[in-house]
Amino acid sequence: MATPKPRIKVPKTAKVGEVIAIKTLISHDMESGQRKDKEGKLIPRKIINKFSCTFNGQPVFACDIEPAISANPYFEFNARLSESGSLKFTWVDDDGSIYADEHQIEVA
Amino acid sequence: MQLNRRQALALSAAAAFGGLLPVVARATPEATAQRIAAFAGAAKPAMGKITLTAPEIAENGNTVPISVTVDSAMSGDDRVESVMIVAEGNPNPEVATFHFTALSGVAAATTRMRLAKTQNVIAVAKMADGSVYLDQKEVKVTIGGCGG
Repeated sequence: MATPKPRIKVPKTAKVGEVIAIKTLISHDMESGQRKDKEGKLIPRKIINKFSCTFNGQPVFACDIEPAISANPYFEFNARLSESGSLKFTWVDDDGSIYADEHQIEVA
Repeated sequence: MQLNRRQALALSAAAAFGGLLPVVARATPEATAQRIAAFAGAAKPAMGKITLTAPEIAENGNTVPISVTVDSAMSGDDRVESVMIVAEGNPNPEVATFHFTALSGVAAATTRMRLAKTQNVIAVAKMADGSVYLDQKEVKVTIGGCGG
């Protein structure tokens, strides 16, 4: 499978104390470990098991993920910021790989 | 024995249905209740404050959009620490656990989940003061989203 590619929607600017919406999506099969291949053998589990978002190093939102989350996991959540800075997004794969992305936001 | 078309169709439908029957153990309402009790700790879950939004009928169990919103100021002591989503009829009850902070602004999140069959989906919120709130929705699933 191709390297999972994160896609993130964050406003470029926000007012101090404004609640902004953040939408994230990452391409990933999220193989549940329940499916069988053509020979009837179980396909081993391989999912993204953790997602987190931090702002200037402070946690904003995090999620523990189980196989019951759909392929290409999508998360929509909010943030209320009081200064400009960078939002960092991290996804952790079952195999230990880490996919990350970063977005700057101007808060005035 | 010669089958006519109608009998043949009925047989193949029965075979297909049999083939789809689950071989793995399913999460039960009991297992789900245990999971909720472990998450809630000493507190007893109460209704209210938390709202789980899910479709009444999901045509495709592979991607069912769900949202949770908890009524909270998200500052000081009035804060939601985490929200756990569980499903009663999936191979495992756990779906996801959201962790919120004061920077979250509001305790709300949306994601997409898999549902193996028609079942109850339950959202449980744990507040910073230890109280626990719960909401539940039944989702009817046309095509299951696990196994295959």
